[in-house]
Formats: sequence, C-alpha cells, structure tokens
Amino acid sequence: MEKEGTCHTLAVASAGGVASIADHTVAIIGPPNSGKSTLFNRLTGLRQKVANYPGVTVEQRRGKMQLTGMRHVELIDLPGVYSLQARSEDERVTRDVLMGNMPGTPRPKAIVLVLDSTNLGRHLMLAAPILALGIPTLVVLNMSDELGRRGGEIDTADIAKRMGAPVVLASAARGEGVEPVREFLMGTLAVPAPLELPVLNNPPACRAWAAQVSGRAYRPPAPPQWTKRLDAVFLHPLAGPLIFAAVVIAVFQTIFAGAVPMMDWVEAQVTASGKWLGVVLPAGVLRDLLVEGVWGGVGSVVVFLPQILLLFLFIGVLEDSGYLARAAVIADRTMAKVGLQGKSFIPLLSAYACAVPAILATRTIENKRDRMATILIAPFMTCSARLPVYTLVIAAFIPERPLMWPLGTRAAALLGLYLLGFLAAVITARLLKSSILKGERTPFVMEMPPYRWPTAQSLGLRLLDRSKVFLRRAGTVILAVAIGLWIMAHLPLAGGKAPEIGDSVAGTIGRTIEPVIEPLGFNWKIGIGLITSLAAREVIVGTLGTIYGIESEEDAGGLQQALRQDLTPGGAVALLVFFAFAMQCMSTVAVVRRETGGWSWPAIQFGYMTALAYGCALAANYLVTAWLGA
Amino acid sequence: MVRPPVLTERGHGKILKLMQLSGNNGDPRPPVTLCQLRRGQEAVVDGFDLPEEVARRLMELGFLPGSAVRAGRSAPGGDPRVFEVDGSEVALRRETAAGIRLRELRAGRTAG
Repeated sequence: MEKEGTCHTLAVASAGGVASIADHTVAIIGPPNSGKSTLFNRLTGLRQKVANYPGVTVEQRRGKMQLTGMRHVELIDLPGVYSLQARSEDERVTRDVLMGNMPGTPRPKAIVLVLDSTNLGRHLMLAAPILALGIPTLVVLNMSDELGRRGGEIDTADIAKRMGAPVVLASAARGEGVEPVREFLMGTLAVPAPLELPVLNNPPACRAWAAQVSGRAYRPPAPPQWTKRLDAVFLHPLAGPLIFAAVVIAVFQTIFAGAVPMMDWVEAQVTASGKWLGVVLPAGVLRDLLVEGVWGGVGSVVVFLPQILLLFLFIGVLEDSGYLARAAVIADRTMAKVGLQGKSFIPLLSAYACAVPAILATRTIENKRDRMATILIAPFMTCSARLPVYTLVIAAFIPERPLMWPLGTRAAALLGLYLLGFLAAVITARLLKSSILKGERTPFVMEMPPYRWPTAQSLGLRLLDRSKVFLRRAGTVILAVAIGLWIMAHLPLAGGKAPEIGDSVAGTIGRTIEPVIEPLGFNWKIGIGLITSLAAREVIVGTLGTIYGIESEEDAGGLQQALRQDLTPGGAVALLVFFAFAMQCMSTVAVVRRETGGWSWPAIQFGYMTALAYGCALAANYLVTAWLGA
Repeated sequence: MVRPPVLTERGHGKILKLMQLSGNNGDPRPPVTLCQLRRGQEAVVDGFDLPEEVARRLMELGFLPGSAVRAGRSAPGGDPRVFEVDGSEVALRRETAAGIRLRELRAGRTAG
C-alpha cells in the first residue's frame, strides 16, 4: 500500500499541487487533541463536536467548504489517530478512508494534516505514514498562539523543505492562519519541491525521522505552567476527589435551579401562543387538534430545552477544558472495581446527556468486552430525556425546601435518581464482567491534554447542534405521537361527537394494560404515557399534556396539579424508578443494534432493563405506600 | 519495499543520541520499572515487558526506548499515575507501568 504511494506523491505534486481539487473530497486528519475539529469548524462553519478528550470524534463528520464562487470541496473530519496501525474502531475508519477502502466514501484527493505545534516532535511521527500515502498533503501546525506564548519557535519553510510538503502555522481557535488552507485547496499555495521520503513502519523510526525533520527549525516551548498549577489542585490526593464531587453537585443544582427562569419564560411563550391560537382560529376540529394536541403535547416538551442545553453546556466546558481527562484518571480505580476502565468513564458521562452519542463514543475502547459492557450499561445513566419526566414528577410531589447548602430537597431528589441509575449501571457491569463478558484487565493508557479555554464557537456550535436535534425530535416524533394520540383520544365518534377520553381508543388501550401496571400505582392515563414513551422518554410528558389538555376545559393549574390528583406518592416514586431503569428509547435500541451487529444484544438489554424497572417500581410503590400509611 | 530510515546524516538530535544508548544492555542490576518511579523522579525508558500491541501504543505516545520519562501526579492511592514523556503527559495504570523497564537518567546523560 505504501510502496506505490511514494511515487504517486511525486507525480501529483510536481504536476502543480492540487489544482483540480474542487468538488472532490478532502480529509482532515491529526492526532487526538491537535485541534483538527476546531479547524474543521473554522473551514465549514457546520456543526461538529470539538473536545479535548482523545478520540472523541468517532463519527465521520463532513462539511462543505466554499473555495470561490461555485467551487466547493467536501471536507471529512476523520477520527484522531496516533498512527495508521488500526487497532480501535476509529483508527480503522481513518485508515480505510485514507486507503479508499471505505464503502460510500471516495478516496480523499488531498489531506490537511493538523499537528500540535507545541508538541511537534511527537506529533510529526504521524506525518511520516501520512506523507507516504502519496496524497497531496498540507501540514497545519496548530496552536501557534500557545506556542508563541510559551516561547517556542518554528521555521516552517525549513520544515517544509525537509518534508517535501507545504507547512503553515495556524491557530484554529483564533482563526489565524486558516487562509493558506483555502489557497492550498485552490492550488495557489506554493508547494516545495517534493522529496523522496523513507517508508517508516515502526514508532522509533518515525520518531527519529520527526526529530530530523524538526531539527534546528523547531525550538520547543516551555512546559505549560498553568496545566501544572491546575493539576496540582485537580489531581491533589485530597482536593482532587473533593473538587470532582463539588463539580458534580454544582452541575445538578444549576441545572435544576438555574434553568427555572428560562423555563418559565419558554412556558409563558407556549401558553400565550396557545391561547392566542385558540382565540384567532375558528372553532372546529383543526383548532382543537392544534391547541390541545400539538400545543399541549409538543409545547410541554419544548419547555425543557433550556435545561437540556445547560447540561450540554456543562459537559462541553468540562470536555473542552481538559478536566474530563483528569476526571477519568480519578475515576479509573473505581471503574476498575466493577471491571471497567477509565476510558469507559467518558462515554458513561456523555450518556448523562444522551445514550446515543455515548454508545458511539465507546468505539475508542479497544477491548471488545469492555466496549460491550459499556454499551450495555450506558442507557442506565440518566440521560437528558429523563429530565423532563423527573422534573415534572419531582416538582409535583416534592416541596422545595433548603436541605444542605447549596442543595435543596428537589435537587437532592434529582441527584438521588442520578445515583440510582449509576448504581444500576455499576451492579450490571459487575454482573456482566464476572459472567458473560469475563476477560483480562486491559491497560489504561490515556493522554492528558493541556488545560485550554473552551472556545465560544465550539461551545456555541455544540449547543446549536443539540437544540436542532431536540427540536427536530419535538417536531417529528413527539409531534406525530401527539397528533396520533389526539386522534385516538377522539375516536370512535359517537353520534358525531367525540367520546369521553376514557371510552376512546386511547382510553381503551390504557385500560387494557391497566391490570399489569396497577400494582405499580399507575392508572390507565399513565399507561398510555408508558406506551407512547417507548418512542422516547420525554414523550410521556407531552402525552399527559395532551390527555389532560383534552380532559379539562380550563387550564387547571397545569400538569403538576393534574398529576397530583392521579398519582399517589407511592405511584409517583414508582414512576420515577420505572423511568430510571426502563429502556424507553427507540434511538438507543437502534444504535445498540448497529454497534453490536444484531438484534440479540438490544433484545436482551431491553428485556433486562424493563424487567428491572418493573420489579423495582413495584417494590418502590409497595414500600413508599407502607411507609406513608404507617 | 521497505527502505531503512534516513537518519544517519543529520543525527544531531538529542533523541538520536539516546537511541544509540538503548543498545547498552550490560547493566548487571535487576531491572527497575516505571511503577517504582516516585513523583518528580526521572529515568530513561529501556524496554517493554508487555504485549506488542500495548508496547507499540506506548511508543506512539512517546515511551520510546531512550526517551526520558518523569513521574507526575496520580489519582488518589497512586494509581493511575501521570507520566511526562516527550512533551506529553500520559496516564498509566500501575500494572502497565510495571511493564516498562528503566535505566537511570544519569547514565544516559553522562554518556550523551
């Protein structure tokens, strides 16, 4: 593969660089933490996850970049790799794309290789196998601002001469030095005389070559002083774990208390626009469907957008700043006790936002058994879709009182639910790793990126992306369920009039499963919610919104009051416990099927989680009712 | 066809000098491993007693025979520990660090 590549480079490069690149595919590649995703954002402006954790870009991301006028190139942001030796899934993806072996992806016509200029010696090791591929390559030495600040220097012209490839210094985070990338892709950048490069197959040879290339042209920067100072605190034997706990508690309290004004505002807008629609539209089926079905159903879910964005903002800041890697080190010993490793910690933490990206992020775990165990327990982590359900039920049943500063009773209840999910995950992991997924402990090897300020652009793009995903779901899945439910709640027509909701099709379905869920303290209305929330957890909130919206003519103090009338405290706790454990999410089932390559794992997982949810909810209802009755 | 790396002509880098040393295996003392290094102590990587795949990943991260390595902070309890090597910081579990053999850095310096 590498043999024929060398000559190819020469041919293309001597024929005048990459003049005919327009409308073709260009790959962006680099080691983890080189900032290539930040550069990708700069060039395309499209959404893209950027993070400091090694290997977070497991999915292939594409974006269009405009060169001039009508000319575009298709950029692919490849997963970060240290070499082209394919061991983990993302390394395989990167190598397959570069070799042209990836179905559906044409072999890139050019490569933008992004390296960290503050750690050039080691990062140049990747340049050797990339240049040997024989694809026209631009080498971007990123983080130039940090290099300058720490007193490092690079003679790019000298390095370019010795590599036989164009080299530019850039700071993608600040948008400096990005223009030459465009020039390179347009074929107007001066390309140095090509060199015949040695083919290097092992790390010592690559490192020696890198040292020779950088040679006197590179003065390494001083060690990052701030990283050392911060690590003295964050990895302190005593302060470290305390800060870790404080960060977790602060996040939960802020999500719960800090999001309230924003949520109130959104709710006011939804209610006001619903009322306005009720007045403006002529009376009839359409108005009822819109106001009761769509506004009642979709509106009650949209209210939770601020809370979910706040959670993603926190995870984004922790990830991009580099703290998450330290958290993984602190967590590794604990993870090892249940048979997992620190690398599982990042996917599991992402699962607090959503299980789908978390399961995709497990591709960075090289050990198959560890990866499978992580996939199977990820849905136990309290994802953001559970938040609307938790928030609603907690707010309806638990009065807000200060408990232990800064924690209030409601935030404590929420934290308790998060712990419950975590506990279930730990126990399940332990069971899996001591039975069907038994295997040797694998080495935990993780690079600690220097601490960096998260960029506003990266965080902004991430939140924009999340908002789109959430609103798209509200506009498709939840909208469809809301409309379908509204129609089912109005059929069969009796004498041209809709029946009482209890006698409707939806009511009948609810009543049919009522005997099964009655021991949990749920009535048929909750039953309808359990069925509709099989699509996605937060749908139950919209469903209840629709049901109660139909039932009451007047807005009777909202969902919370309606719930208090329909659920006993025991039933409320049972509902919370059920949602903590049940795998009510089509997207997760689909992604587990894709990642495990069959239906058997998702089927086992779904069955296990549902059984656990039912059993524990039953116990919760029984215990709480007995406790309150005594 | 695999050509040998071209490094003899401009072999003035620090790493190169250290690399040449890695051939000296005449040390009679029992091997010291990375997990014995205390915080702040420095040494030179000598070799690996690890599966080839793991050794290769470690080498990609900078743990090359001949490279200077310095022990840094750790998680509570001393495991995993962060090591500074070749301009990076890498966290390793004790059991992995135990598979990396060391030479004293002093020996590397005087010879260099």
